Formats: sequence, structure tokens, C-alpha cells
Amino acid sequence: MAELSSNLLMIAFILYLSAIPFFGGAIRQKNISKTEKPLKIWATVAIFLTMTGFAAHLGYFITRWLAAGHAPVSNLFEFITFFGLCTVGAFILIHFLYRTPVLGLAVLPVVLIIIAYAGMFSRDISPLIPPLQTYWLQIHVITVALGQAILAISFAAALIFLVKKVDQTRRNKSNVWLEVVLFLMLSVVGFIVVSVLFNAFHYSAVFQWTNQFGAEESVEYGMPPLIGPNEGQLVKGQFEPFLEAPAIIDAKKLNTVIWSLSTGIILYILTRFIFRKRIGAALKPLTGNINEDLADEISYRSVLIGFPVFTLGALVFGMIWAQIAWSRFWGWDPKEVWALITWLFYAAFLHLRLSKGWHGERSAWLAVIGFAIIMFNLVAVNLVIKGLHSYAGA
Amino acid sequence: MERIKCGCGHVNPHGTLLCEACGRSLTGTGAPELLDMRYEGSARRSQTYNKTFIDKVWNFFSSVKVGIWLIVITLIASGIGTIFPQKMYIPQFVPASEFYEQKYGWPGKLYYILGFHELYSQWWYMILIALIGVSLVVCSLDRAVPLFRALKAQRVDRHESFMKGQRIFGITKGENFDEAVKAVKRNLKKKRYRIREENHAILAEKGRFSRWGPYVNHIGLIIFLFGAMLRFFPGMYVDEVIDIKEGERKEIPGTDGEYYLENKQFILEVYDEKENEAFSEALKKTGDVAKNYQTDVVLYKRKGERVPGAEAGLIKEKEYSIQVNNPLKFDQYAIYQMDFKTVLSAMNFVLVEKETNEPLGEINISLDNPKMRYNLGNGYTVEILKYYPDFDLDDEGLPVTLSRDPNNPAFVFEMYTPDKPEGEISLVAIQQTVEPVGENKYKMQFAGIETKTVSILALRKDLTLWIFALGGLIFLIGLSLGSYWNHRRIWIQQRGPDIWLAAHTNKNWYGLKRELQTVLAGTGINEPEDRNEKKGK
Repeated sequence: MAELSSNLLMIAFILYLSAIPFFGGAIRQKNISKTEKPLKIWATVAIFLTMTGFAAHLGYFITRWLAAGHAPVSNLFEFITFFGLCTVGAFILIHFLYRTPVLGLAVLPVVLIIIAYAGMFSRDISPLIPPLQTYWLQIHVITVALGQAILAISFAAALIFLVKKVDQTRRNKSNVWLEVVLFLMLSVVGFIVVSVLFNAFHYSAVFQWTNQFGAEESVEYGMPPLIGPNEGQLVKGQFEPFLEAPAIIDAKKLNTVIWSLSTGIILYILTRFIFRKRIGAALKPLTGNINEDLADEISYRSVLIGFPVFTLGALVFGMIWAQIAWSRFWGWDPKEVWALITWLFYAAFLHLRLSKGWHGERSAWLAVIGFAIIMFNLVAVNLVIKGLHSYAGA
Repeated sequence: MERIKCGCGHVNPHGTLLCEACGRSLTGTGAPELLDMRYEGSARRSQTYNKTFIDKVWNFFSSVKVGIWLIVITLIASGIGTIFPQKMYIPQFVPASEFYEQKYGWPGKLYYILGFHELYSQWWYMILIALIGVSLVVCSLDRAVPLFRALKAQRVDRHESFMKGQRIFGITKGENFDEAVKAVKRNLKKKRYRIREENHAILAEKGRFSRWGPYVNHIGLIIFLFGAMLRFFPGMYVDEVIDIKEGERKEIPGTDGEYYLENKQFILEVYDEKENEAFSEALKKTGDVAKNYQTDVVLYKRKGERVPGAEAGLIKEKEYSIQVNNPLKFDQYAIYQMDFKTVLSAMNFVLVEKETNEPLGEINISLDNPKMRYNLGNGYTVEILKYYPDFDLDDEGLPVTLSRDPNNPAFVFEMYTPDKPEGEISLVAIQQTVEPVGENKYKMQFAGIETKTVSILALRKDLTLWIFALGGLIFLIGLSLGSYWNHRRIWIQQRGPDIWLAAHTNKNWYGLKRELQTVLAGTGINEPEDRNEKKGK
């Protein structure tokens, strides 16, 4: 059952990947009216592939649930793949509301990155520790993932809006920031690439080092150490690090971040080299025939739909569960605080839009920042800040 | 107060921008190309008065801009509080003043000095939350009341300038539209519009309640914040930690001696690889994973009045297995499984003659309630002169105990033996022995320990919970009303031979336009244009 589950996930990944060129085909020509029929076929095939992929992805989820005996949302791998599933689901829903193939061109690559990123964490089916043994696990986590996924659609639509709207004739603040966003997405790809690469070669280096309290510790690196730990002695492995991190910094994580960003830079330079222009400028023609008002509307509408779901799942269900398991509904645990920050941010977003008239580009940037906060809560708060919610971190 | 009478005869409150009834512009500057339809152009207090101190305070808090700034400041402050762990999550044995600097260097020290280690209970953080509360109330009142008035007073046949000032507006020229209008009305009814008619004018409206969504959700938030404030009143909220050993029975703190709890046993279960094959890979990598933390308890209730000094008569109330996610509830209290620890419960010593190393008898000392005299037979007796459960030396090098918990027990023994009937004194702590009055012939040799598990339970009483629940529920209802429904209005007027059509929605214009498409399809009335779109191109 567990093996079937993994295979289904793989099939979903391949189907999503193969849907992308069809979405590309569906938006290829500018004049829709003349070539409506052939374009419709491209779009139909694209959405069909996406939905088949979604079915396989759902199959992964169900079979893994059966294999584990609990909802597969209990560690980072499971949560992130489920988040990907919800994002595709939200995309399919929005697609039938607005029928915009270009949205698929933005969402599916993001989903592929999300699933591949999930694969970097332990894929073992892990047992539930006592606090997780309750039906609130399903209720809370599934609603949160759904809410965040709908908000992710808002990010994808905002990205389309920005690619279309931002002036690329000469360098300006907007197109530089757009490049930063795209570069960060490439860095996630970079992280996946180096992880897979060094994992394939079973790379390992072990250090003995001294922590800030003067105690000896041992740490194993999965990537060649550019940055070594404080007073680190290489016990196993070939390369000596170039630099040594102070004891208060987690050298291993810093090393991974540097590898990811460096690979991101290389990927970015390569892309720039191929297209001979900003990535934003290279993507711009793809958005040629999309109505920017519609992209703005989709982005805003997704926030409007996703915000109540997020509130219900993350804050309300989270509080109820925390009251049952931890005896208090709110304890200022980092994950809780960042859920609150996400909530406050989208509340500010809605007020700016409704009362201050922030439409179009400003609203799109806010949607991008909102998604960045969600990703920060998903990744950094689990791996870096740590707290009561960090059982998912291993 | 001065009131404004509109040309249509309706009397509007001072400060009104668009006549509540017919929608004519009352500002005297002539109608702009597109009307600002926010709050229906009603008279908002904050936009009308700005004289007294109260006006100024009101105007400050009624500004959404101020509200957003308060939200953003709170958001950033909250984020800062997660850079390093809050004080409640750091190890308890290190003082906070040292912990942050040691672990995080000078940024940690700064964090501590600025009070960020207890950020969420800082006075300024609380004031921020309170200000948000005030902003919520003022913003809502400033807008909801006049909006309610305006929507109630609206008339079916709107003024020409109102129609022309709508974002979605169109004129269809022609002759006889009676049939077309009938068809449109039928279609509108199918779409669940409520239709009002007056002098050849139609107003179709639906989802007006969604306009109240924001105000309803703000009420929910205010109730929620009110609940948080109530916690500061004594008796509303009790939060105690109960450390209770296996086999121990103790009074439950905070219940005024009314309840007693006995810990029958603590159970820790781990996952077994063989029983749970699906987890075998994960278990191989991570080692043991806890499956269950459980404290089996008995709850007792005191019988009769409390008598000082006397052991209370107790009645068994219930037996329960407290697990994580499964607290024991009684009266207004709940007891939660939080943690456990293993502590020393007893120590064994053997009396030994130093030279021959001959054991002369073993004693077992209970660390909670030690017996002071032990008779080993054959004339050997050991007495405990002093017991230090948490042994340390003070500044002058004298033995002291830091607490009553047996973290580091030490004893002063007096050993009476047939050849030393006057007794020998020795201080025995873990891994050290001091003989304060000369060299002894006998010694107390350490011979092992016994441990017990202490369940760490949390006792909560929270009479404010239902207020939070109510606030949360109202908030969610309001949020859903405002998010998932739209307030749509369509005005259709027969002006001479022509049909005028205007439409407005508070959000989701795309949806409104699509609805108009289906409503107007085949009726001969043209789809109106979206003048925002036209303007953009």
C-alpha cells in the first residue's frame, strides 16, 4: 500500500509536468476569436491532464492514509505534498470559475516545486506522538492547508498580473523586485537540485564541534561544508570548510542556505544568459492575451475565499485543539504567532483594498508578500525557529 | 443640526454626499463622472465634525488608515517576539538574564534588555491590542449606522445623475420595451433578486445582508478581546501546575481544599516496531517514539467543612485515565497531562567498617519522609541528624538545602556501634563524604537508589472560554457573510423611449457582469458597459 502510494504521487507529478506545455499551447496565440477551437482543445487537454494528476495525487493521499492508519498530514513531507494537492484543487475550482489557462501556467510549476521540495524531507510513514492522536489533527491541518492553498492561488494570479503589468523597457524598482521573487523561486529549485545531487552520491561529512555552552557535539553534513561549525574538527569527509560560523549560529543550516542560494544564482545567470533579458521580460509575452483586470480580480477573490477558510482552520480549529491538548488555546508558540501574523497581514490586505482602494499592482505585491509569510511559517518556523509545532521538522 | 433637503423632497442628515433616497449629489460641485459609492455617500460623523477634542479622537480612530497601521505595527512586533524563544519556553534552570546572552550572544542580550523575551505581556503590546479594539468599535459605528440609514431610505427611481454616475451603466435606444422588461424581471427573480417597482423604474436587489458582514465580524472580535480582558479578574481564570508522584495523594491547588487527587500510576508506552509495521522504517531511524502518556488518577471530594490541622474526610468522586488530548474534567476545572519526570524516591546505604569492608546492615531511606532512626541489630544503630534534600554549601561553606525537592540529597548520619557507643558523625552527599569531627572507623556506603515517576499535570479553570467561543463564532459568521455573498443592485428605468440600466456591487464585479449577461440575454436590452474597463484602455 505504501509503495502504491509513492507511485501514485510520482504519476501525479509527471501528469502535472505534462500539463504545463498544454497550458502553454492554450495561450500561445494572441487572437483568440479566430482560433478559438484549436485553442480550446489545448486548454481541454491541459485541464484534463491536471485533473487526472489531481486524481492520482488524491489516490496517493488516500492510500497513504490507509497504510499509516492516520491522516497523512503529520510530518513535513506529508503536509507539503498535501498543501500541493490542495493548491491544485483550488486551481481547478478557480479555473472553472474564470477559465484562464494562463493561471495553470503559473500554478503548476509552483506545485511541482512544492512536491519536489516535500521530497527532500523524510518520506517514512511516522507514528503519531500522543498530542497528535486525535481527530483534530485531520480537521485542523486539512483546513489550514486548504486555506493556504487558496491563498497560494492568489499569489499565482498576482504573479501573472505583475509579469504582465510591470514595465520591462528599462530597469526600475518593480521589475527588480519581480526578479528577486523569481530568483527566490529558482533558489528553491536550487535547493532541490543540490539535495538530490549530493544525496545520490551519499555525500556525508562529520564534524566534532563546540557549542556556545562549551560542550562537544557532533554534526553530520549532507552537503560539502562551505561553512563549518564553531571549532569544528572534520572527523569524516574530504573538504575543509572555508569559513567557520560562530557557535550561536547553526552552521549546517547556514551551509544549506548558501548552497541553495548559490545554485539559485547559477540557475538565474544561466536563464538570463539563454534569454538575454530579465526573466520577467522573458515571461512577459506569455501573458500577452490575459486581461489584467481579471488577474487582479482572481487574486483578490482568492484572498476573499481563502481568508475565512484560513481563519477557521489555523486560528479557530487550532485554538480548540490547543485547548484540548495543551490546556490553553493560545500560548504564543512561534507557529501560532506566525499564523496570527498571516491573519493580520491578510486583514490589512483586505482593508487596504476595500477602504483605501489598493487595486492592481499594489494589491498584487501584497499577495506576493502574503504568500512569502505563509512559506516562512511553513519552512522557517519548522526548521529554524522551532517550537511546539516542530514535530514535523525531522 | 442643519439638515439638507434634496430636490426629491428627502431630508438628509448634515454631511450627506449623495441623497439617501434618490442618489443626487448634494455637495453642490456637480456630479463627477463616476460616483464614489462607498458607504452610499452617507453622512459619516468622522467626515462631518472636526471641532471638539472628542471629534478629533473619534476621527483619529475612525480612520481605516490608522487601523491598518495598528495592525501592521502589531504584526511586526509579534514577529520580533519569535526571533528567540519567549521566556516561558526556555529551560527553567537557567535565569533568563544569562540564558539569552549565553545562547545568542549580544543580539540575545539586547533582546532581553528590551523586554522582547516577554513581549506578549509587555504593557505596550497590550496597549496596541487595546487600541485595535477601540479602532474596531469606532470604525464600525462611524460607517455602519449611516450606511444602514442610507440603504433603508433608498428609493427605487434614482436621479439621472446617480444612474449616470454608476460604474456599470448603459442606455438602450428603442421603442417598446414592455416585453423585454417583463423578461428581465422574470430572469432577475430566477436569480433571487428582490424587485421593487415605482413609476417605470425597477430596483432589483440581493444580498444586502452581506454589507453587514464586516460589522458583524468586528463585533465578534470585540467580544473576543473582551474575553481576554476578563481574564485579569480573579476567579475567572486559574492556571496551576500539579507535580504528583506515583502513589501520592494531594490537595488540588486553587480548589480551596475541596478536591484531592491521587496518582495511581503513570504509564509511558512507546511504539513497537513489530506491532506497527508501517512505522518500522521511521522507528529504525529515530529510535523510540512515545505512543502514550497517561496518568491514572482518583479524584476525591472533601466531606463536610474544612477543619484546620485535621485530615479531611474524603469521598471518592471518580477514577480517570488522563491522557494528552483527554483531560479530566470536573466541576469547572480540567486537569491535563503535560509532562512527566523521574525523581529520586529512596536511597540505600550500607554501614561498613572501613578497614575490613565488612557490611553490617543496610538501610533504606525514603526521601520524602525519612525515618530518623534505623536499628540494624547486634547493637548497631544509625540515626539521621540532618537531612538536606537539595544539598549545597552557602557562602560560608555551611551545608544548606536549596529546596524541599530531593534533587541532591545529603545526610548527616550518627553511627552507633558496639565499639563506638558515643557515636560517629559523618556527612554523606552524592559522591562525597565529610567527617567533620575526626577520622571515623565506620562509614555509610552508598548502595543504590530508587526512583519514582512524577506526573506533571496542569489544572485549569477558565470561565472566559465561552466568551471566546461566542466571539469566534460571531466573527466567522460575519466574515462568511462579507466574503461569500455580495450586495448587488440593478436599476432599470424607462426614460421616454429608452431603457437606462445601471448596476452596482460592493465587490466581485466580474460576477455581476456575468449575471447581467444571463439576465439580459435575448431580451433586446443591451449589456451595459463597465466604465472602469473603458477608462483603463
